[in-house]
Amino acid sequence: MSQRIPITLRVNGVTYQREVEPRLLLSDFIRHDLGLTGTHVGCEHGVCGACTILFDGQPVRSCLLFAVQADGHNILTIEGLAPDPDHLHPIQEAFQDAHALQCGFCTPGFVMTLKPFLEENPDPSDEEIREAISGNLCRCTGYDHIVDAVHIAAAKMKEASS
Amino acid sequence: MKPPPFDYHAPETLDEALALMAQHGYGAKALAGGQSLVPTMNFRLAAPSVLVDLNRIPDLAYIRPASDGGLLIGAMTRHVQIEKSPKVLDKQPLLHATMPKIAHPQIRNRGAFGGSIAHADPAAELPALLRVVGGRVKAQNARGSRWIPADDFFQGFFTTALAEDELITEVHLPPPPAGSGWAVEEVSRRHGDFALVGVMAVVSLDASGRCDQARIALFGVGDGPMLASTAMGVLRGERLTDEAIAAAAEAASQKDVDPPSDVHATAAFRRHLVNVLVQRTLSQALARAAGQEVKA
Repeated sequence: MSQRIPITLRVNGVTYQREVEPRLLLSDFIRHDLGLTGTHVGCEHGVCGACTILFDGQPVRSCLLFAVQADGHNILTIEGLAPDPDHLHPIQEAFQDAHALQCGFCTPGFVMTLKPFLEENPDPSDEEIREAISGNLCRCTGYDHIVDAVHIAAAKMKEASS
Repeated sequence: MKPPPFDYHAPETLDEALALMAQHGYGAKALAGGQSLVPTMNFRLAAPSVLVDLNRIPDLAYIRPASDGGLLIGAMTRHVQIEKSPKVLDKQPLLHATMPKIAHPQIRNRGAFGGSIAHADPAAELPALLRVVGGRVKAQNARGSRWIPADDFFQGFFTTALAEDELITEVHLPPPPAGSGWAVEEVSRRHGDFALVGVMAVVSLDASGRCDQARIALFGVGDGPMLASTAMGVLRGERLTDEAIAAAAEAASQKDVDPPSDVHATAAFRRHLVNVLVQRTLSQALARAAGQEVKA
């Protein structure tokens, strides 16, 4: 009989209590136990960035954490980003405007990586943007439109906060 | 589920963690940042029966000045904390310049300084850094602690001097020698990938401008972080002219390394990279030692 450990964590502002086997990855917990399938799972060894979430506000790979490690922590996934069901987050709008996605598989990971980045760097250069997204792989866009979207998002976020 | 099953412990003090390591011995693994261990477990290349998670121990993450003017870095200090630390920029600029070369921002948010050193990946930056600056590792078990110099700590492919019940708790980096300069360069296929070849150099000059000491560490080309001893010998007491630097690079690439061929690069290409990167790092380190600005 394998060990099961009770955990309590906040995801997108909602408190969840669950019992988990220690080897359950946080990415699988988010998708299968919580049903939040916006967090995508690509390589499952920390290379592709598709599973990026915010862990206490910082972007991390959810496939390189065990769910049990999230006990007591605060998590934000792509589902928790938009302010309400009728509006997207400025980064999501910018991805739409700049055609920064095609198949969309990598998009949640990019968006979650970019949220804290743009909050810390409101006016980034192309070089800074490319460094920031270096841990997220996209096989469709060639990245140029993503970089365009980040500039648009930065402008939108600056406008919203002024 | 991807990783094999294991029993999980999350001690809240170092003493508890050391007791767990003593109790479980060989089957136990310490979980630091997990950015190397968890992928290895997801691939089922590693199957520890017990994980001792160090992330709930609050007092293992710090960057403090050491009495010799160097730095003491707690084992659970995250890469991002080191990258953004003004103390590190001031006291150990080589470390500051190295941090952005390690993987990607998401990995650096989680990865731990001591964990990377204990993992001892031959292509990783921090083990090579520890060797080039002549750092020391504080290894602790339930019975006590000992300091292990970097040159003794790394013992081969993913192998260190740590006993099965020991944890790294702290790392000591001495201050750079007076009148010294440093440089780090690496080549990887994609930004953030492990280096095909990486080189770090620290060069100090004597009053006459000759090379007092040159330390050159190589990574990605051997079974662990290595010093280019022949090349270092070639430079001692010499003026670091272009010819002397070229001779050292030739010695490093021909005598100090026996690089592997794999899907990422042939042995010949790695040798070529050693030659080029040793020249570049020595030139940059020399310029910094002479007080010139070099863009990192």
